[in-house]
Amino acid sequence: MPPRTNHLGLSRNQYKGRPSTLCPGCGHDSISNQIISVAYEMGIEQHKFIKVSGIGCSSKTPAYFLGGSHGFNALHGRMPSVVTGALLANKDLECVAVSGDGDSGSIGMGQFKHVIRRNVPFVYIIENNGVYGLTKGQFSATADEGQFLKYYGTNDMPPIDLALEAVIAGATFVARSFSGDAKQVQALLQAAIRHHGTAVLDIISPCVTFNNAETSTKSYPYGRDHEIPLHEIQILAPDYVDAKEEIEIGDYEAGDIIDVEMHDGSFVRLKKLDNDHDPRNRRMAMEVLERSMREQIFMTGLLYYEEPRPTLADTEQLVDTPLAQLDANSLRPSPQALDQVMGSLMAS
Amino acid sequence: MAINVQSQPKLQDRQAVINDFAFSVATKNGSGSQTSNNVLVKSLFQMGIPVSGKNLFPSNIKGLPTWYTIRASKDGYTARKAITEIVVAYNNDTAPEDVSNLPVGGVCVTTDKIARVIKQRDDISYYEIPVAKLMKQTEVPSAFRKLVENMTYVGAVARLFSIPLETIYDVLLANFKGREKPAKMNFDVIQLAYDWTAENIEKTDPYRFEAMDGTTGKIMMTGNDAGALGSIFGGVNVVAWYPITPSTSFVDGIISFRHLRQNEKKENTVAIVQAEDELAAAGIVVGAGWAGSRSLTSTSGPGISLMAEFAGLAYFAEIPSVFWNITRMGPSTGLPTRTSQGDLLFTHFLGHGDSRQICLLPGNLQEAFEFGWKSFDIAEALQTPVFVVSDLDLGMNNWLSDPFEYPDQPIERGKVLDAESLQAFIDEHGKWGRYLDVDGDGIPYRTVPGTDHAFSAYFARGTGHNDMAVYSERSDDWIDNMNRLSLKMESARKMLPQPIVDDAAVADIGIISFGTNDDAIREARAWLSNDGIETDYLRVRALPLSDTVGEFIAGHKSVFIIENNFDGQLNQLIHMESTSDITHLRALKLGDGLPMTPSWIYENIREQEG
Repeated sequence: MPPRTNHLGLSRNQYKGRPSTLCPGCGHDSISNQIISVAYEMGIEQHKFIKVSGIGCSSKTPAYFLGGSHGFNALHGRMPSVVTGALLANKDLECVAVSGDGDSGSIGMGQFKHVIRRNVPFVYIIENNGVYGLTKGQFSATADEGQFLKYYGTNDMPPIDLALEAVIAGATFVARSFSGDAKQVQALLQAAIRHHGTAVLDIISPCVTFNNAETSTKSYPYGRDHEIPLHEIQILAPDYVDAKEEIEIGDYEAGDIIDVEMHDGSFVRLKKLDNDHDPRNRRMAMEVLERSMREQIFMTGLLYYEEPRPTLADTEQLVDTPLAQLDANSLRPSPQALDQVMGSLMAS
Repeated sequence: MAINVQSQPKLQDRQAVINDFAFSVATKNGSGSQTSNNVLVKSLFQMGIPVSGKNLFPSNIKGLPTWYTIRASKDGYTARKAITEIVVAYNNDTAPEDVSNLPVGGVCVTTDKIARVIKQRDDISYYEIPVAKLMKQTEVPSAFRKLVENMTYVGAVARLFSIPLETIYDVLLANFKGREKPAKMNFDVIQLAYDWTAENIEKTDPYRFEAMDGTTGKIMMTGNDAGALGSIFGGVNVVAWYPITPSTSFVDGIISFRHLRQNEKKENTVAIVQAEDELAAAGIVVGAGWAGSRSLTSTSGPGISLMAEFAGLAYFAEIPSVFWNITRMGPSTGLPTRTSQGDLLFTHFLGHGDSRQICLLPGNLQEAFEFGWKSFDIAEALQTPVFVVSDLDLGMNNWLSDPFEYPDQPIERGKVLDAESLQAFIDEHGKWGRYLDVDGDGIPYRTVPGTDHAFSAYFARGTGHNDMAVYSERSDDWIDNMNRLSLKMESARKMLPQPIVDDAAVADIGIISFGTNDDAIREARAWLSNDGIETDYLRVRALPLSDTVGEFIAGHKSVFIIENNFDGQLNQLIHMESTSDITHLRALKLGDGLPMTPSWIYENIREQEG
């Protein structure tokens, strides 16, 4: 039987990259798999995507998905600046970027904040495991206070919550998820790709080698037992409006459904679960994040969303053609233009 | 407007010195003297007198001493002179020293208030301007009074040394972009001081300006503006930067020339991002270069330090990008507002491990413009970062130059494959790999993101990789890659701007230098020649060094390596690269924070060769 294909006639395998070299069972591999699935399901054209990362275990992963996209494994904590440059050079490109908690929470905190501030439109995934893996098990800045690790003992420092930092920095799309929750990760990824602005996905992604004890809030066992999804998430394609009435609402009251309209005309439908969280309310998002940090509650889902503000390319008022594709005529003013400048600088 | 021109003052018996002297204007930083000094320099330029203006300013917003030296030279020498014949002593803090630095027969133009404490020499002329009294007579609103006070010395200097008021007014008007109100407010003060000087001061010195024909068809500009203009003509697309003296005005220049590249809807083909630090600026530039656009950043030493990480990545991942280093004095924060050539070695070897960066070394305005556009062609041809190593002297000071020539080569994007040429490449070679060297010059073929071809994608990285751009820790892959990069640098030697060599005299003595020492060297050579000491001269314009340098050294009995840094870095580099006997090399190294003077060169060579 021939493999199932998407609307481009491509199989899921064709969205894969090279084999992973991470530890078996690593949460990051699971995220790579969700990226592959989402790209396949959405039928994205890989040459229109770039994948960029910093340094660390998480940052190795772009080699393992979307083999047909240009990739750039950059420097520790410096992925945001490389993405900024690439998307200015070619504003028609879309970008999935991967970072870790060391990458974004420590060495690259400045770039993390500033890329959000400039609203560079890309999917910013933080594969957050609270620990430095490649250097063998140091605490990262997102590790919980009081947590115990084999070689480094007890963590004395309070954590930095990167989702909260993203909201404060002005991100227009902030979500948290758990790499063990494939369905939710996929839904959020789809929404993030459709978003027109910096979309931050803080995904708790357990390190099976250094930080997977039940006592760690970044572990599989903890995540499975404690994850509290804020909503059930459904992505409705742009053409869904006509069929609106037919969508299965199930047991939900009308007031328990939030439809968030995305830039491309699609909708993210959020079905309320136990909480009353409305991600369009910034104050509510900050409260939820503060409370979950204080009380160590593992709440996941779309935390904050707002109508995108202008992206960096909009702010720069760039021409329609991507800068990287301009012809020589647009790159060099005429000899007359030079004469004019020279004339203005001459003695009269 | 009406301009009152008084009859010229009577010259003294001493022989007149015309268009061949320098003056130094000593003021306090932030007192508005920049406009006054600019007006003086531009007025002399308009009078047709070859002139240069060099600002020796403090790292401070207000209050610390600043000196502006203006040199007029009928023979066209515009290097800084070690001694200025005239000082405008408008800063009470430095006035005593300023006056003691004057040569016998020098001139001090000062305020009546400062004059009371500094009149200790009787071998110079003093002219005292009652600034406070004059300012009381003006109609300048009190909010502006302090800022235009310095115009009193413009008026006095104009009268004493014969600069026409009409010229000054025209320059003022241009300075204020044609706005008459501020121009007139300043000019009224100038006129007042001019008239007062005419009525009250008897000229006792021999110096004066006279209109001549030495600047016709020439331009006056700063090197940062010239480099920025060159970049605009070189097709720059993405500029990322972080403010730092003395490179900030480079980006200001790009902002001011960006309109030359806008379309009819005023949309931009140049994006300009003020980054959060130099590290991010470098990252933006590297990301943009990887994605196929022409990108640059401009910075100075401390910024270059932060950019080292990305410079190494761009070198190893082979990403075209342009970095301007407007060098200031280091180490460390050093002297932020003083010039230096002290980043030569650091920039050339920027990055950890075995990395080596292409450097272009502009020595004048024309080269700042030329390297502005050419740096992109070189970066894309070689697929590597290009560092244009300028300095504060060229970058921030006003230089006289012939107008720039339009680029004599079309924009050259190098070995970049689109979907069609990628297919042709695969048809010819069986496969394409990002770091595959099929031409034997060490320069592979690249693709850029967005190329619609099933095999166009590759993974750029700073980690070990093979010629297919696949992660590799194998020693043979590593060595192969480093060998290819070395080969690329050898290819670069021949492609880069070659040295300018003046070897016609067949002299025994050779001079090797680079960058902005050029003016001082030209003048010093003329002085030496007057003394019967002939020299040949080679000016290096790029690193890695051209083979010509070795030939020049071999062809002379003694060779002076002249440079404005403390350690003699070009000398060290030549020693590092030389394979033959070079015991006849002598380092003439300075590094005092100031533009080099001809007298320093002349005296040193005289001493050793006299």
